[in-house]
Amino acid sequence: MLEHHLSLFFTAIFEENLALAFFLGMCTFLAVSKDVNTAMGLGVAVIVIQTITVPVNCVIYQYLLKENALNWTGISALQGTDLQFLGLISYIGTIAAMVQILEMALDRFFPPLYHALGIFLPLITVNCAILGGTLFMVERDYTPLEALNFGFSGGLGWAMAIAALAGIREKLKYSDVPDGLKGLGITFITVGLMAMAFMAFAGIDI
Amino acid sequence: MTDRIMAEPDKKDVLFDPVYKDNPIALQVLGICSALAVTTRLDKAIVMSVAVILVVAFSNAAVSAIRHFIPTSIRIIVQMTIISSLVIVVDLFLQAFLPRIADELSVFVGLIITNCIVMGRAEGFAMKNGPLLSFLDGIGNGLGYAAILLIVGFSRELLGSGTVLGFTILPLASEGGWYVRNGLMLTPPSAFFLIGILIWALRTWKPEQVGKS
Repeated sequence: MLEHHLSLFFTAIFEENLALAFFLGMCTFLAVSKDVNTAMGLGVAVIVIQTITVPVNCVIYQYLLKENALNWTGISALQGTDLQFLGLISYIGTIAAMVQILEMALDRFFPPLYHALGIFLPLITVNCAILGGTLFMVERDYTPLEALNFGFSGGLGWAMAIAALAGIREKLKYSDVPDGLKGLGITFITVGLMAMAFMAFAGIDI
Repeated sequence: MTDRIMAEPDKKDVLFDPVYKDNPIALQVLGICSALAVTTRLDKAIVMSVAVILVVAFSNAAVSAIRHFIPTSIRIIVQMTIISSLVIVVDLFLQAFLPRIADELSVFVGLIITNCIVMGRAEGFAMKNGPLLSFLDGIGNGLGYAAILLIVGFSRELLGSGTVLGFTILPLASEGGWYVRNGLMLTPPSAFFLIGILIWALRTWKPEQVGKS
């Protein structure tokens, strides 16, 4: 049991890194990685939201939407329902709602963290890493506990990747890059090299 | 009266500018996630392009048609709902008629919802322009996205497996031909390199795009 969870944890961080193996959240990944501090702020926000939304969506999927999911209600009219076609719209709704609730809760109870995360919180709703995490959870049919683990480790992997890229980009400022390649072009190639390095983790079994 | 002074954008420009002048992927850095993941084979790239073109065009038209009735404070949620509904239609259509490709695209069809191109055009163009123009803008931006996707998909399939759309173009050495396949092209990093090089080429061709990001 513990071994299974450990293996899921490390696989989600290294082998199946959301950013470098599945290219999720690339828009923000490339746009908000110019300096390490902002990148870390966004990384923390992604970890927090991932850890909340993936398990919540997992409960919604397992107990409301999946085929025969409503059998636990015991109401005969609800036996054998299959509401999976409502999946996408409910997941994105949950994510938007969770982001909103978290924003209000942080503002009320942890103002320093709220100010540190600032504009990144609302932006996260449209970060594909978040919806992607949920969709992978559905595809792999995780239990709520596995989903909690996967949400946290997936978010952590993404945060590590963006912090690493931001560190590299800070150094890149002093490099002599060809004109046309400056900015976006060289960033793509850097991310490519990082992804290659992460591929070395493939096949590690814990 | 102020919008009377602004010249009505030309339909042809609205349709074709996003393809090479103001490309959503290469210049606006939008919608990159899926551009990288679905390009290991050309047929996947084609299906994904068509799906995105349809979703952007119809979501733009729908948002634009009701733009005067959407309260500003909840406009993001309204746009999200419209986009998710369209993506659900596309998703169910693919599962019904192209189950093999739908299976391989897996989560990336659902991720069209969070594709920044769709949201970006709904928010940036459709909220200010009429339905027909917005529809054309959606098709244009979809085509711009498709252009990059097809170039990357074509190169990755050709160099990685020696085929185009499943037909053998370069006979593989392992099957008695002469071409030794480039395994890198089938791995994730190659997509980054290809798009990086593509952006480099585009910016060398049109230097005014340098340094905007």
